[in-house]
Amino acid sequence: MSTSDKPARVTTRRSGLSRARGLGSAKAGSAHWWAQRASSIALLPLSLYFVASVILLLGADHARVAAYMAMPWNSALFLALIAAMFYHLALGVQVIVEDYVPNETKRLATILVLKGVILFLALASAIAVLKLAFS
Amino acid sequence: MVEFALPANSKIGKGATHKAQAGAKRVKTFKIYRWNPDDGNNPVMDTYEIDLDKCGPMVLDAIIKIKNEIDGSLTFRRSCREGICGSCAMNIDGTNTLACLKPIADVKGEVAITPLPHMPVVKDLVPDLSQPYAQLRSIEPWIQSDTPAPPDAERLQSKEERAELDGLWECILCFCCSTSCPSYWWNGDRYLGPAVLLQAYRWIADSRDEATGKRLDALEDPFKLYRCHTIMNCTQTCPKGLNPAKAIGKIKQLIFERQG
Repeated sequence: MSTSDKPARVTTRRSGLSRARGLGSAKAGSAHWWAQRASSIALLPLSLYFVASVILLLGADHARVAAYMAMPWNSALFLALIAAMFYHLALGVQVIVEDYVPNETKRLATILVLKGVILFLALASAIAVLKLAFS
Repeated sequence: MVEFALPANSKIGKGATHKAQAGAKRVKTFKIYRWNPDDGNNPVMDTYEIDLDKCGPMVLDAIIKIKNEIDGSLTFRRSCREGICGSCAMNIDGTNTLACLKPIADVKGEVAITPLPHMPVVKDLVPDLSQPYAQLRSIEPWIQSDTPAPPDAERLQSKEERAELDGLWECILCFCCSTSCPSYWWNGDRYLGPAVLLQAYRWIADSRDEATGKRLDALEDPFKLYRCHTIMNCTQTCPKGLNPAKAIGKIKQLIFERQG
């Protein structure tokens, strides 16, 4: 596809089959795939619970929100929501980066940074819930 | 990798126009992708006006007419003209399909024809399919069995076992599906693509095959199999009405099943 008269430089003499087989199967991916599905199933009721809580607490002051979170049911469900949501987010973000970042070094670095940020946000959210629950 | 714009030497320019003969009543305009590897120019869209009263009903009839009567240099693959060889797969009116099965009447307005997307082009409408062919070979699409066949009979299947292959054996390997898949566009060097995965499942589902575990092992890979994100372009575009996305889903299901 070169527009000049020079023929394109040959970068590989590997056979098509050799390239198609590549490094072989990583024997992985199914755990990631299942975790994505399982966490999304968990998020269905948890998100409904979250929306219900927000509606219930519309216009509530700090003391009332703290009292709500102090109930073990609520703090446990909020922590479960945070765990499922950020886990699901990390899994999904990893897939997007793998899809769109072809360079292996950049891909690895991007995934590490994004997962670090997601972990930090998850911890910050969990601490916010715990602080309210124990205030 | 993901590409939002065409590379500079692939940008499509305006091509020549071939007017219909005077007196033509039902004129249909065809815009066809032209690229010649030998002249060093960028690809163009040539315009051909066809008198439908002197042309067969299918898009393939029109491009054969163009090659025979207007422009002999137009290059495309075709063979059986009845949807069983898979040669004339191309992008017509924005959808990958077989030119021989696509009625001209189905296209409103101008008929735009380009090669199968995101494949290297050999010339005009001829894509280089060596990558998907090599990937097909990599999944070993033949029966593998340690038990010898009966000396005086075929390997038998029950009716139910034979029915498992329906919706799989009909695939003609035109690669309309693989080349419609964004995941295959971005990661085609590692992702096997819907056509090859449907073939892989065709052998996994075959009751006479004894290499099911080995086949699943070879597919269980974040890129070879799990780049499928159920986008469903494959199923929507398949000119034979097959469902590659379902076959891929079944492979994922079997890999999950054998773990627990």
